[in-house]
Amino acid sequence: MLIRTQDLWKIYEMGREKVNALREVSLEIEKGEYAAIMGPSGSGKSTLMNLIGCLDTPTKGDYYLNDKLVSQMNDDELARIRNKEIGFVFQTFNLLARATAAHNVELPLVYNGTESEVRKRKAREALKMVDLEDRATHKPNELSGGERQRVALARALVNNPALILADEPTGNLDTKTGHEIMNIFKKLHRQGNTLIIVTHEHDIATYADRIIYIRDGAIEKEERKKN
Amino acid sequence: MTVFEVKEGISLALTAVRTHKMRSFLTVLGVLIGVASVIGMVSIITGLNNSMAEQIESLGSNVIYISQYEMVHFGGLSAEERRRKDITAEHAEAIGEYCPSVGAVSPENHYWARGGNQVKYKDNKANRPAVVGVWPDYEIVNNCFAVEGRFFTEGNINFRATVTILGNDVKEALFPNLDPIGKQVRINGKKFTVVGVMEKKPKFLGESQDNYVLIPLSTYKRTYPEDKALTLLARPVSPELTDKAIDEITQLLRRMRGVPYDKPDDFAISTQEDLMDMYKRITGAIYLVMVVISSIGLLVGGVGVMNIMLVSVTERTREIGIRKAVGARKRNILWQFLIEAMTLSGSGGLLGIVIGLLLGEFVGAVTPLAAGVSVFWIILGFSFSVSVGLVFGIYPAYRAARLDPIVSLRYE
Repeated sequence: MLIRTQDLWKIYEMGREKVNALREVSLEIEKGEYAAIMGPSGSGKSTLMNLIGCLDTPTKGDYYLNDKLVSQMNDDELARIRNKEIGFVFQTFNLLARATAAHNVELPLVYNGTESEVRKRKAREALKMVDLEDRATHKPNELSGGERQRVALARALVNNPALILADEPTGNLDTKTGHEIMNIFKKLHRQGNTLIIVTHEHDIATYADRIIYIRDGAIEKEERKKN
Repeated sequence: MTVFEVKEGISLALTAVRTHKMRSFLTVLGVLIGVASVIGMVSIITGLNNSMAEQIESLGSNVIYISQYEMVHFGGLSAEERRRKDITAEHAEAIGEYCPSVGAVSPENHYWARGGNQVKYKDNKANRPAVVGVWPDYEIVNNCFAVEGRFFTEGNINFRATVTILGNDVKEALFPNLDPIGKQVRINGKKFTVVGVMEKKPKFLGESQDNYVLIPLSTYKRTYPEDKALTLLARPVSPELTDKAIDEITQLLRRMRGVPYDKPDDFAISTQEDLMDMYKRITGAIYLVMVVISSIGLLVGGVGVMNIMLVSVTERTREIGIRKAVGARKRNILWQFLIEAMTLSGSGGLLGIVIGLLLGEFVGAVTPLAAGVSVFWIILGFSFSVSVGLVFGIYPAYRAARLDPIVSLRYE
């Protein structure tokens, strides 16, 4: 079991009011799975993604990633987990504007002390996986939206993480480019990667084998594709 | 923190400096001024040291100066000082006679005509030299001797002879390729016979010390009767006796000048050591000014660096979020911004060093000071400027390190 959450709660205090962003979310995701988390805005899917991505800690409940209890970890330990186990893909790409594509891809390796030569080689390989080797020296503003997202994907892949977590990866792309990106995800899944995609678009979610519907901070229902 | 992080930090910082040239320049202006003033002042002081201190040394460690007023005087004369009697040749004679520790004594009087002294031989004119009335002991006391002809004799003094001895500059000006001995020159219109030429003295602050003519003090008194105040130069029998000689002179002059026992001396006695002390006081004051200017500069620079770093942290909130999302720890972010702050202030420091050195060069070029600065001060200036970045960068870097990755990733 790669991901196991038990009764996750996330409660935000907005002044006097308490907002239950997540309520008793219990979820299990196996290694190699391709899952989509779907829900309307405000449903709590982003909060869930932040918890799964170790960007945040739950108010209550336990979260095990690779059998490690990450819900009790401090900031630096979480940073290590994010670096080693998780690759992020964001809606807005989130690339460093002043750095080249290759340098952006190298970034996670910088923070685990990988040597320069190894970093360069791994970044090249990752860019090759998304068919972007020839754009290695370009800066984000010299790339199209689809290319930027592919750079982000390469960055997510470079450290060979246990989990690739994508938050609305096609949200800023036109439909055609969006589907191109989704095809790359499909390829990555076939290669054995575990993928979780957060989206509110149904036709994007249907790329996944399993769709988890979230509403009002709780899991509403699940659908599994039959193979 | 890895070497790579340091390198990346510096290159990131340099990119930031390049993208915001004006902003960065204004930010580090304070650091620049601070460091430039340190380097500039130090090189000027070094220049002063090189020439001044050496010159003061060269006066000889055992010459005692006796004068009516302090040699270096700050502010106007007090009522007591204005009432002071002149130092006269009688004082000099008495010192020579009654002070056993004094080996030689020579009174001096310098004449400065309005518009400069005129010293001429035929059509050749000297460049307004000093006219100095002296005694035969001048040579011994000043440790400076006649190299051509001879010095004054007791007879020249007793008979108020119209004879003169030329400083080297005057000799060069009046007799470029002639033997001056026995020639008649005119000093402020009066005829004098040249009997000797003095040896060359080392330059003082780049100024020649050889632009003078000597005449017997008795002749001087008759020629310029209105100018009576003398300076006495005395040399003790041996350097160890300097203090004893000063004591003897002080006692003698107090008695001669009728100074009551409870009143301070109405004359001044100084030695090369006193001049050295004076010089150290002046350079000490320069150092103080330097410390004040550079402290203010570095403080202002530091606040500027802090301000711009806070702006930079805000501008780059999203970048911080991205870095944290891919695994940067707090200390990675902290160091990134600290290195950036240090690079910023350090580059200001480097500019300051360059400007300070140029300032020193400039002073060296337009003045006789041999200005120069040691590597020690350059390293110190640079370290200080980098430290400013470190100290004033801590707060912005800490703020950056503490940012919440989720909030920063969403930051627009």
